[in-house]
Amino acid sequence: MTERTLVQAVNRGLFEAMQADPDVILLGEDIGVNGGVFRATEGLAQQFGEDRVLDTPLSETGIVGTAIGMALYGLKPVAEIQFLDFIYPAFDQIVSELAKFRYRSGGQYPCHVVIRTPYGGGIKGGLYHSQSSEAYFAHTPGLKVVVPSTPADAKGLLLSAIHDEDPVIFLEPKRIYRSVTGEVPDGDHRVPFGAARVVREGTDVSLFAYGAMVPPTTEAAEALAGDGISAEVLDLRTLVPLDEDAIVASVEKTGRAVVVHEAPRTCGFGAEVAALLAERAFYSLKAPIARVTGFDTPFPYALENVYLPDAPRIAHAARSTVRSG
Amino acid sequence: MTPEPAVVPLPETAGDAERLLGPGWVETCRAAYRWMVTGRTLDARMQALQRQGRVGFYGAATGQEAVSVAAGLACDPADWVYPGLREQLVALVRGHPLGTYVHHLFADAQDPAVGRNMPCHPTARDVRYVSMSSVIGTQITHAVGTAFALRRRGDRGVALAFFGDGATSANDFHAGLNFGAVYRLPVLFCCTNNQWAISLPVERQSASPTLAAKAAAYGLPGERVDGTDFLATYGALSRSLAALRSGEGPRLLEFVVYRMTAHSSSDDPKRYQPVGWAAAATAHDPVARLTDWMSSAGILSADLRTEVEQAAERTVREAVLGAEATAPPADGTLTEDVYAPSRSPASR
Repeated sequence: MTERTLVQAVNRGLFEAMQADPDVILLGEDIGVNGGVFRATEGLAQQFGEDRVLDTPLSETGIVGTAIGMALYGLKPVAEIQFLDFIYPAFDQIVSELAKFRYRSGGQYPCHVVIRTPYGGGIKGGLYHSQSSEAYFAHTPGLKVVVPSTPADAKGLLLSAIHDEDPVIFLEPKRIYRSVTGEVPDGDHRVPFGAARVVREGTDVSLFAYGAMVPPTTEAAEALAGDGISAEVLDLRTLVPLDEDAIVASVEKTGRAVVVHEAPRTCGFGAEVAALLAERAFYSLKAPIARVTGFDTPFPYALENVYLPDAPRIAHAARSTVRSG
Repeated sequence: MTPEPAVVPLPETAGDAERLLGPGWVETCRAAYRWMVTGRTLDARMQALQRQGRVGFYGAATGQEAVSVAAGLACDPADWVYPGLREQLVALVRGHPLGTYVHHLFADAQDPAVGRNMPCHPTARDVRYVSMSSVIGTQITHAVGTAFALRRRGDRGVALAFFGDGATSANDFHAGLNFGAVYRLPVLFCCTNNQWAISLPVERQSASPTLAAKAAAYGLPGERVDGTDFLATYGALSRSLAALRSGEGPRLLEFVVYRMTAHSSSDDPKRYQPVGWAAAATAHDPVARLTDWMSSAGILSADLRTEVEQAAERTVREAVLGAEATAPPADGTLTEDVYAPSRSPASR
């Protein structure tokens, strides 16, 4: 075990994966000598050489398209998109090509690319350094979507992603890159996909969150405990595959559900969780399902703290849920 | 005004042929002739079957056969091919069974991709012919990545990316040529300029003097080739592939051809093509040009012509019979191959 920040855990996971397997190649903008704008790849070009940590020209479609061609041949590329907000030039490559290669080739051309990208608000990044557009990718069959919230999970889920056989969109909560530290297991520590993490057990209401929303959700649960409300907090960890059984089991126990994400509300991932509960846990529900989300607006600069869900908003929604039934 | 000749003769002499094709030039010409006739026969049959409702869609390569056949003959088995819509002959020449390709056209249970794609989108891993999408130009950056992987592993192959004139306006043309040039990768960019992107003529697709000229902006050599001249096309391809194998950086070849049919079975060129364009294009028919030249060079007898034509008809007929006797894919295949077989979220 070593104490690391979340971004250090990502760096450590990349280091260990590259050390274990010469087929692991990194490519992205400013990831070489500069170590990435968030320093997630710091030291790797120096350690493994510029032929394994490729500073690319400024083209996201070029990064992802090139990574796809590497993967089709059998390399294990890990592409970095500098901010999720900049992924859209590569959206065609991701949804039309990466997600569909295995299917359209009848399994002859699996295409295992990991795309790492910092996502989310809270860093004064304005419209174009703050977005949380995980729903686009979760809506695309063929992709897996992973969102760690702790240093240990950042390394463990990243190593699982690199060893997976399918394309993985790996969303790193940049707001907590450095604000969260924790013990990270040394060596080949892998966290399986599709297994939600119980952050805190409770009996009155289930709070579902992922990524950078896990800390304020946990804080809300602590505040609720002060009011005598026992809140269970589940960190979903992977949106695809989704640990449906854990979500349903939690609500079967508590009878109430609050889903938290910073993405806009309409067609956000919370809608999927709410629909799942309506289908599979309807008769356990004692109150309407609540969503605490970003607004249906572009991401604002000056008012980002109004936009982003925080512990008081989450706790308020949970209290309303408990009061209503 | 002099009327267009029925066939534009090939300029090459027998000496040119040996220089362009090597000492086995006679056999190479005969193999090319056989494949070009097979492709032409397949196109005619499939367009008819499409009209009868027996095949869902078809995008003919009529007029472009010389490029695909030359590429199939000139490249090495280790090379990776990223095709566009009209390069299926590359796969067939490299050994992908025609019967398997026709199963794909019929989208039946024996299609290697179990009927998931529209016709003319085959996957042929057996000959390193990569599955294509219908999105224009995306395969160009894939070829770049594969070229990186080939070099990194120290393998002998190179990557070939095929695309049309329309693709030179697309994002990945720019990204692919730029990345390929920056990393000096063994990738050959092959633009088959058939002068039409559905309805848009090439002179409205680009204001560049030629499409090959675009290479200069990336620091690459670009060369324009008469893609209806099999000999010149084969020569340009084999020369370029040799340069790539010797470690020279990537290059762009523009093959000028004539789209002798509609864009696809869903298209009607009468809506946009000038009257007489298609008729004039027949003067540049690559099959007729090679046929005439081989006949005049004394390496294609009437008997051989008949034998090749009959063999092509027979092969295509048998493949169609085989496909029409095959069941459609099983319903259960719908949810397969979305993810790797283990832990598939799609199969829940």
